[in-house]
Amino acid sequence: MLGAMVAYLDHAATTPMRPEAVAAMLPFLTEHFGNPSGSHAVARRAKAALEDARDLVASCLGCRPGEVVFTGGGTEADNLAVSGSLARRVGGRAVCSAIEHHAVLHSVLSSAGGATFGVTADGIVDLDALSAVLSSDVSVVSVMLANNEVGTIQPLASVVEVVRRLAPGAVVHTDAVQAFPWVDVAPSASVADLVAVSAHKFGGPKGVGALVVRGSASVAPILHGGGQEQDRRSGTHNLAGIVGMAAAMSATVASRAVEVDRVRGLRDRLADGLLSAVPGAVETGVRSAKIAGNCHVLVPGVESEALLFLLDEAGVCASAGSACASGALEPSHVLSAMGVAPDLARGVLRLSLGPASTDDDVDLALKVVPEAVARLRSS
Amino acid sequence: MSRVLVAMSGGVDSSVAAALLLDEGHSVVGATMKLWGGRSDSGCCSVADVEDARRVAQQLGIDHHVFNFTSDFDTHVVGPYVSAHAAGRTPNPCVECNRHLKFDRFLVRARQLGFDAVATGHHARVERRAGPDRWSLARGADRAKDQSYVLSMLGQPQLERVLLPVGELTKAEVRDRAVALGLRTAAKPDSQDVCFILATDGGRSTFLGDRIPLRPGRVVDVDGNLLGSVDAVELVTVGQRRGLSEGGGEKRYALSVDTLTGTVVAGTESDLLTTSLCLTDETWTHAPLDPGTAVDVQTSAHGDPLAAVYEGGGRLTLRRPTRRVAPGQTIALYAADEVLGAAIAR
Repeated sequence: MLGAMVAYLDHAATTPMRPEAVAAMLPFLTEHFGNPSGSHAVARRAKAALEDARDLVASCLGCRPGEVVFTGGGTEADNLAVSGSLARRVGGRAVCSAIEHHAVLHSVLSSAGGATFGVTADGIVDLDALSAVLSSDVSVVSVMLANNEVGTIQPLASVVEVVRRLAPGAVVHTDAVQAFPWVDVAPSASVADLVAVSAHKFGGPKGVGALVVRGSASVAPILHGGGQEQDRRSGTHNLAGIVGMAAAMSATVASRAVEVDRVRGLRDRLADGLLSAVPGAVETGVRSAKIAGNCHVLVPGVESEALLFLLDEAGVCASAGSACASGALEPSHVLSAMGVAPDLARGVLRLSLGPASTDDDVDLALKVVPEAVARLRSS
Repeated sequence: MSRVLVAMSGGVDSSVAAALLLDEGHSVVGATMKLWGGRSDSGCCSVADVEDARRVAQQLGIDHHVFNFTSDFDTHVVGPYVSAHAAGRTPNPCVECNRHLKFDRFLVRARQLGFDAVATGHHARVERRAGPDRWSLARGADRAKDQSYVLSMLGQPQLERVLLPVGELTKAEVRDRAVALGLRTAAKPDSQDVCFILATDGGRSTFLGDRIPLRPGRVVDVDGNLLGSVDAVELVTVGQRRGLSEGGGEKRYALSVDTLTGTVVAGTESDLLTTSLCLTDETWTHAPLDPGTAVDVQTSAHGDPLAAVYEGGGRLTLRRPTRRVAPGQTIALYAADEVLGAAIAR
């Protein structure tokens, strides 16, 4: 698919489609074109496929089928969780960790009274900081299950315990978009009232995701129209996408334990190799507290933009964090929240692995990255 | 064949520059500098312009990248622009952007990434002459669109690594070329104003007012007699007439601006005329000029050349009296069409 000499190490951005997902989708892109909201035979067949997909997704996420709301992706799921919860209570406030994805962060900060709380230097939420921002008027607290840049897994159970104690009226939302390929979300997120996932991060198609809305919570819709998804998300279902997501999810769950071990081995070889071959490189966070696919290092004396350019030229697809609308790299709010010095934060390199990653990918990266860094440092 | 990194602003000139370099057989990559982090409605900074550059690169079949130089732009262009106004000077931010961003930060980045040269869409010409240190900079073929003034501070280290492919064409030829290639930037209007200042949002006074205190000032005549007042002394430019001729009588112009005392000295047009220019921050395309060298000087982006003699010691004498130049403005020195150097008016 990719050229022979390309190492795709940007799985945190998106993943290649799983063959199971493509196969499951094809009938719904061709003969099974029905709208699940109709009443005739063609519609009924579509509706059955939709509900089959919902059952599958619910079993993978550890919730009841009626608690699954299909959305147009992770960003919409996060927006629905934050804005939809706020709309349920007049005067309520939203708070989130300072390292959330922008889908959560901007939803929270654009709301009245929205606030963030800090993290430790290792990129783990600071429970004392959380306690300090909680009060009885907080109606939603959002903490991601795993961070998209540095890969740190957050102590969700402890977060929920603090929230229940200090803001008993608040619901807890977790953005599990990055965690799902690596973490068994069903038990890990069982303590959260709301859980967001996105299909394309685990081998499904782009533009489809889901929000789990447990019985303990309810969300007001942010999209109005035909009242689909029990009036929580209007709009004709992206049935092919939903079916593809369910297939990818099911395949991910079935192979996850094996893949996590295999990819962790690749990641450890990659990270250890970079730390020894690139003088001065430091790894962010504590590796044992990260998802298996994340390798995130800071390279002093190098600018990410220049490094990524040379890696791209040499066939390594990598990333540095988030980009703005123009495509320009932006300083990372995650690293800033972790207290990383701005000079060091300029040399960010995120290599994210996935089920498709191989030893060859790691070998190429271990050859190309040290060469590129040496070249940039010498010029 | 060289590896060339083209600075693509999303305008028609740099689009065609990339196309011409491809035609010449170079290996071409495009890059757009994101320079301004704030709101913008013109010039080189908006998301829509980056999209235009990216689409043109796709049409031409070349790679395109975005470089985020916003903090450098803030440090080297916006900050000095604001502090110059606070001190009563009128800077030329496009010159400073070329000096520090396009022909320094970008050039260094290009060299780091293994490029032999950078190119831009400026209407000017870089030519190789015989002998050492003989990269010369000359006016563009289209005299009406000539941009050698804003490049006049370049020296040999830059010129030897810079290509200006559209400098040989007229603007009409550039647009024809873009139309022939079907580029979406073919009919895009030229950028005019300072790219980081929103014309739709109150322009310069709002921009500066958000960053420095704008204080009312006294307007006095050359003998110190009070003539009137201005709302914001930081917004007055030497040579300006607007707002200074209240009460009728002869037209009055700003002769000098002192922001420390909040004083604008105003006088008649003949008071404004001078034959002497004081220079600072001189730069030379080759070597410093010998005192007594006859030159042509250009004191604004599209001003006419004025005959002068370079006296050395930071002084120029004009052959004929002319309106004085606002401190902070760039003064470009020419011999016919060739740029000899540049300086900032004191």
